[in-house]
Formats: sequence, C-alpha cells, structure tokens
Amino acid sequence: MTTAKSTATRSPRRIAWSQRLGRWDIKLSPYLYVSPFFILFAIVGLFPLLYTGYVSLHQWHLIGGQGDFVGFEHFAFLLSQRAFWVALGNTMSIFLISTIPQLVFALIIAAVLDTNLRGATFWRMGVLLPYVVMPVAVTLIFSNMFADQYGLVNTLLGQIGLGPIGFHSDALSSHVAIATMVNFRWTGYNALILLAGMQAINRDYYEAATIDGAGRIRQFFSITIPQLRPTLIFVIIMSTIGGLQIFDEPRLYDQYGQGGANSQWMTLTIYLYNLGWGQLNFGRAAAVAWLLFLIIVLIGLGNYLITRRISSNEAAR
Amino acid sequence: MKLSRRTTTGAAIVAASALALVATGCSTPEAPTEGEKITLTIATFNDFGYTEALLQEYMDLHENITVVHNKAATSNDARENMFTKLGAGSGLSDVEAIEVDWLAELMQYSDLFVPVTDPDTNNRWVDWKTAAATDAAGNLIGYGTDIGPEGVCYRADLFEAAGLPSDREAVAELLTGDWDRYFEVGRQYLAAGGEGAWFDSAGATYQGVVNQIKNAYEQNDGTVIATTNPEVKAAYEKVLTASADLSAHLGQWGDDWFAGLANGAYATMLCPGWMLGVISGNAPDTKGWDIANVFPGGGGNWGGSYLTVPKQSAHPEEASALASWLTAPEQQLKAFANAGTFPSQVATYGSPELEGATNEYFNNAPVGSILTERSQAITVAPFKGVKYFPINDAMQKSLTRVEDGTQTIEESWQGFLDEVNSLG
Repeated sequence: MTTAKSTATRSPRRIAWSQRLGRWDIKLSPYLYVSPFFILFAIVGLFPLLYTGYVSLHQWHLIGGQGDFVGFEHFAFLLSQRAFWVALGNTMSIFLISTIPQLVFALIIAAVLDTNLRGATFWRMGVLLPYVVMPVAVTLIFSNMFADQYGLVNTLLGQIGLGPIGFHSDALSSHVAIATMVNFRWTGYNALILLAGMQAINRDYYEAATIDGAGRIRQFFSITIPQLRPTLIFVIIMSTIGGLQIFDEPRLYDQYGQGGANSQWMTLTIYLYNLGWGQLNFGRAAAVAWLLFLIIVLIGLGNYLITRRISSNEAAR
Repeated sequence: MKLSRRTTTGAAIVAASALALVATGCSTPEAPTEGEKITLTIATFNDFGYTEALLQEYMDLHENITVVHNKAATSNDARENMFTKLGAGSGLSDVEAIEVDWLAELMQYSDLFVPVTDPDTNNRWVDWKTAAATDAAGNLIGYGTDIGPEGVCYRADLFEAAGLPSDREAVAELLTGDWDRYFEVGRQYLAAGGEGAWFDSAGATYQGVVNQIKNAYEQNDGTVIATTNPEVKAAYEKVLTASADLSAHLGQWGDDWFAGLANGAYATMLCPGWMLGVISGNAPDTKGWDIANVFPGGGGNWGGSYLTVPKQSAHPEEASALASWLTAPEQQLKAFANAGTFPSQVATYGSPELEGATNEYFNNAPVGSILTERSQAITVAPFKGVKYFPINDAMQKSLTRVEDGTQTIEESWQGFLDEVNSLG
C-alpha cells in the first residue's frame, strides 16, 4: 500500500514526459522505422492480393464491373479446362528449358570471368549488356529470327541441309525459341551475381588445392560449387519466380499475342490476359491469378525445404 | 448483370496483380488551364490516313487547339487499350478510333460515349454504317470513317509469267464467279508453273467468305449459333480444303506474311480499300501489284472504322467538333488519298475526287472507281454481335492450326467448338 501510494504521489511531474517519450522511443520507433515497407506492402501487395481473391469469387466484367457472387465456380471451371493445364505445362516447360541451361552457362561464364582476364571490367560489363536491352526489343528481334518461313534461323538451317523447324507450330520448338530469348537476357545477369559469390570465396582454398595437385576442373567442382551454394539458391529462387511469371516474350512471340493457335506457348500469365482482356472476364482472370499465386507459394515452399536440407547437411559436416 | 462504377479500383487492382503487363502509354487528360488553350488527343490504329498535314489544317482553323495523334499498331491493341481504360474510367484519348468488329461489344456501354449531335452529320454516312453504331435509345455514338469494300489484289508480273492474262479488266473477267471459281483459277495458275502460292493465308481468305454471311455466329437476338451453323462449317471446310494446295500458309500480320508481300510468296490476296496502304507501305520496292474490280461470290466488306468521343474526355465538345470535322466528306477524301481508306460518307460517292483517284503503286489503277463499284456490289451487311470478335478469334486460331499442320480439319473444328463453348 505504502509503496503504491508513494509512487502515486511521485509519479506525475517533470520527468514523466521525457521519460514517456524515451520509453516510446525504445518501444515504438523500431516499428516506425520498418513500417514504411509494411505500409507500402499492404497497399500495393496485400490489398491487391486480397481484392483479387474477392474478384475471383464474383462474376466480374472488365467494364460492367461486379456481378453476382459465384463462390468457387471460376476455380472449378478453370481446373476443368484443358487450356488451364496446357498453360501450366507450357509454363513449366519454358521455365525448365530456360532456367537449367541459363544457370549452367552463367556458372561457366562466371568461372571464366573469375580468372585473371585482361580488361576484366570490360568483359564483366559485356555480359550485362543484353540485360540492359528492353525485353520487348529483344523479343521483336528474336521473333523475326525465328519466323517460320523467312526467318534467319530456318534459313541458316536450310543451308546446312536441315529441314525448317516449325517454331510457331511445334510446341517444344516454340518453347526453345522463347527460352532462347529469356536466356539471352538473363544469363549475363545471373553470371554477375554468381561471379560476386565466387569472388568472396577464400583464395587460400585454391592455393591449398593447387599444392595438393588438384586441377582447375577439380577445383571448380570441389571448392567453387560447394562454396557458392547460398548464392546459387538465391539465383534459383529468383529465376523460379521470374520463370513462372513469364509474359513479355510469349506475348510478343507472334502477331496475335495469345500464345499460339494451338496454345503451343500459352503460359499462365498469357491465359490470364486472354481471359481478362480478350474475353473481358475479370472473375476468371482473377481466379487464374490466385491459382498462379498458390503454385508459386507451393514451389517456394519446396525451395525452402531443399534449402533447409542443404544447410543442415552443411552443419552436420 | 449489375453495373457498377466500382470498376475503377477493380481494374487497377487486378491489373496490379496480373504480375507483369505490357506498359500502356497513358496520357492523362489535361485540365483546361489559362483560358482557351486546349490539347486534344486522338488515338487511331493501322493507318487512317490522318497525316500531320491534315491535323495541322485543323489546328490552323482553330488556333487555341493543339491535336496530338497516337497510333496503335493493330486493331487488337486498340481494342484492349479501349476496354482497359473504359473500365478504369480514365486514360482514353479525347477522340478514340474503333473498328466495326468490336463495335457491338462497345455498344453495350454506349452510355459511356458522347452521342453524335452535330446537325452537319445528318445523313452523312451510308445507312448501315450509322445503324450499326446507334444504340437502343437511338443515340449514335460513332462518327463513321471508312468502309472496306473488297477487290482482289494480284501480282501482274507473276500472272504474266504463268501465262494468265495480266491487265486488270481481263483478270476481273477471269475471276468473275463464286469462290470455287477463284480456287479453280488458282489451280490453273499453279498448274501453269506459277511462282509461289495462289493466296496468302486461309485466315484472310476466310474473312472474305464469312463477311458474306448474314448471321454467321449469332442470330439477331444474340443467340450464339456459330457451332451449329452449317454455313460456318461449310465456309471453314471450303477454305481449308482449298488452302491445302493454294495457300502460302502465312498467318496474316505475321513477320513471314509481311515478307511474303514483297517477295512474291503468293500471287493474289483479298483487298479491302485500307489494305492498299498496307501493301504499298510494306513492299515499297516490289513491282507488279495491281487491283482487279472483282470479288469472289459478289461483293464483300471487310472492316471499316468509327471515331468516338468517350465521356471521360475533359473536352467533349471540342473533341466532338474534331471528330465531326475529320469525318466530313472533304477530309475523308484526303484520308482516302493518303491511305486508301474508302469513305463511308454518301456525299463523296460520284465526286470527281473519288472517281478520278488513281494509285501509282498499283500500276496507276483507278482505285476510286474500282472501290466505288465494289461497294455497290455489297449485298449483305453481316450481323456482328457481342460475341463476334472472340468467336472469330477462335475461328482464326483453328484455321491456323490446320494451316501450320498441327491438326487435321476435323480435330481443329473440335477445338473451335470447345473454345466457343467455354466463352460462356
């Protein structure tokens, strides 16, 4: 009682305000400092995400706007559509055909750049050059090269006696053509990130390996790759997200931009675009957006599990 | 369906969540500042024939007005831009060009456009042009620009090399008849060792056939009959059977197709007036293109456009005045001279400017009188309802699937049925 009384009588007055400020400063300000990101994320990330979910549960026309509530009807419709599964398959196929060679080449280029080259900065900037070019410009040039009858690639193939390839009729060929554009743009970018990772590797390892008599190749596989793991995981996750959202390249691959007459290169984002802006059906388009989101989350989770496994393996060593 | 104005946020939100979209060049309408100075924007596609000089004329007449012209590459781009921004409620130009194929889709939202009220425009256009752009309440929302009466463009040099007549009267006579006649002459051309193929693509040829069918995909009340209409299936099969040996298999508007315009990949193509500018613009160094006053199966109209003034325009009155001026007969004749866009304005027919118009590129063909005659041969005004554009898109895709060899005629027809049914 007495203590309570004494604090009660003592507590107000001069020190209180600055003390309270000080307490706020400690408790609140860290949150204030990080809040701009979260506020921004809530506005441009979370809210659109939830609102898209809301749209996906309604009939929704691009101009007419909101219609009746239909529950999960759009989702059921999409999952029963062959087109959706074709789009998913195309997305995965283009993703794999682009990401795997891209990472292999990026690794090789980075390893070469990591050696003592003359004019190192020149070469390093050189590999980044394709990344600077607008994706639309890249696609227009490549689409012209991959034209079925008078394109550069088929003309060259014809001269060495190989038949023309139906880059706009055969699904796999179209995926290869689109993956080429993606690789052209992103290989150099990934190579630079991997190069940065390589530069951070302790040079003593290489010195010791050289003394032990290990060759360049052995050093690459036994030192560089294991040491590069965290960087590699980052690059893989970034390429996964980018690969699943691929849009510019397939959209501009032919004159119609709808992913081909037989949906040969119709990716999920193209399918979404066709539904939303071709058929003006925003409800279904929003449902595709959500399904795509779920797929990316799923693959992200897979990445996370693999990452954990790798790091725990490291710890066990 | 309930209509709501909440689409502003809706469109913006879904657009943001659509992960990656082509950036569309937005132009925010400028607020009217400092008295009278006004900037009007006009958006068109392909080539309307609105040159800088023509727009400058208007600016000279109205000193307080500056006109800025934005051009989209294709009608598809313009359509997507139109619907996105109409839904968003802002961002459209003061004057927007629209094409007849997607006019019906827009007519559902005719209340979002400023009606045509200028008394000068009374009876300015051919009846069917006006009727198509008039809504149930009797409001006309489009200022007609051109129509697309079709002739046949051909390579006189290739005809001659194959031993066929090459002057345009003789070619017109040779091709007079129905589609079977057109295909039959094609086989003669190939049998005589003609270079390349007979026509460019099944898709383009099909456009000619389908535009002669009154109710191809929909009945007048909007019921979709595309999948059951025997005329559609017959047209589909007829064109594809012919294209097997007669087509160059080049998808229209593709890179190969444009290359084919110049390199003699095909000897003939269907030619609405506005196509003349496309040919001469993309194959400027090719000699031998000519146009014959004939069309398989009678007459046909392909395309044609309107100018509209969206209500979201900051200067609807000034924009309406500009649209009215541009579509007045005098200006349309100049546009025709620039790009071959054949007028939809009644007053121009029979005028010496139109009758006497020739085109140097097409071996000085009297294009004015040829296209006038072609427009008189048009007997069918096809009904194009709300679903016309997406159904025709599905049809074009199924034609392409057969042309590029991925599917047989029957398989691809099945794909067309599936796609139309899923439009829902």
